Amino acid sequence: MSNVANEKIAAYANRLGDDSLIHGHRLSEWCSNGPFLEEDLAMTNVALDYIGRARNFLTYAAELIGGGATEDTLAYERDCLEYTNLLIYELPKGDFAFTTARQYLLDEFELLFLTALCNSEDSTLAAVAEKSLKETRYHLRRSKEWMLRLGNGTEESKEKLQTAVEQLIGYTPELFEVDALEKDLISGGIAVDRAGLEESWRSACEKTFDEAGVNMPQAVWRVKGGRTGFHTEHLGHLLADMQFVQRAYPGCQW
Amino acid sequence: MSDETLIPMLPIEEFERRERRRMSPVADIWDLLDRVKDPEVPVISIWELGVLQDITVQEDVVTVSITPTYSGCPAINAMAEDIVDCLAAAGYDHVNVQTRLQPAWTTSWMSAEAKRKLVDYGIAPMQKDDEGIQCPHCRSVDVKLVSYFGSTACKALYQCKSCDEPFDYFKNL
Ligand SMILES: [Zn+2]
Repeated sequence: MSNVANEKIAAYANRLGDDSLIHGHRLSEWCSNGPFLEEDLAMTNVALDYIGRARNFLTYAAELIGGGATEDTLAYERDCLEYTNLLIYELPKGDFAFTTARQYLLDEFELLFLTALCNSEDSTLAAVAEKSLKETRYHLRRSKEWMLRLGNGTEESKEKLQTAVEQLIGYTPELFEVDALEKDLISGGIAVDRAGLEESWRSACEKTFDEAGVNMPQAVWRVKGGRTGFHTEHLGHLLADMQFVQRAYPGCQW
Repeated sequence: MSDETLIPMLPIEEFERRERRRMSPVADIWDLLDRVKDPEVPVISIWELGVLQDITVQEDVVTVSITPTYSGCPAINAMAEDIVDCLAAAGYDHVNVQTRLQPAWTTSWMSAEAKRKLVDYGIAPMQKDDEGIQCPHCRSVDVKLVSYFGSTACKALYQCKSCDEPFDYFKNL
């Protein structure tokens, strides 16, 4: 395989790693803050799965990048402009309804995305996808159940869920954007054609929203920029927290 | 005829894994590693768990391949360290532990014997589609899910409606 191709696969693996890492970090913020003990454990367990997924993607990206890059240099030594996660992952955790709605929307997306990535011509990406897919199926069982519980719960829980979805919806179109890099990798059989997943994603979500008695809004406004380093103001705060130890004691290990 | 009366089929990856051990020229190393247990369920060895995948020896370097249960399972590092320590104690100084993601780990690789050990330890073993879960204390099947996630990534939390005791369930994956 040529180096040009390797560079592109590295950038792609890096993106997927960034998405997983930032999502895992946001979930980890629920540690000791969950509404009750069982959900505290659930969110931190899901966080662990995402951080594990991030490690697999970033380790692979680092291998392809070479020159001393490791999963840790990628995670801890890049600033906002170099982070390529999509914006939906970096939004603050919000309340439990917001975290639940985001998790559900992303679980439905991941289910489709990882299923497709299992067929990648790149055997490492396919292996990471196969591993992660099993975990995502399980995450979805829980997040879907919570959508129904909140939607069919009290007036307050329903209203909080509806508000959360309206705050999130404009960040979902970015999940389905394909840029030049991904277009290239799609034609090489390596990347997933995200754009092709949108319809199935929407109909799966609508079905659950119907059952939960909540409206699935149209994305009349939309925000993007994560892949090119144009982030919300929230990412800097997240990185300051996540990278603090490595910034204070560069290269420290335990 | 119900599913239970059929002869249980071994998944192909598990068959291959057992063949690798059976045909291995370094049977003594496989046997040594039976002493390395899952740090979170210390009655099950890494072999029984399905994590230990292969052992090869070249020159004086032992390469041990393991596969993680869950992507973020923190126990994998402890297992790798325990493998190195166990082999070092037997005189193998050059041990290389490598992680494999494919084929992805599944609970269907665990033997009936391993499941029995889980029950004795107080953990309900995985069931197909998570149905027919039995309380490890009183064997009742009248149980309810308390939480999808328990104390570790591989377990969910249940409660028995017959004896009221809470218990861990080893998730089907
Ligand atoms: Zn019982």
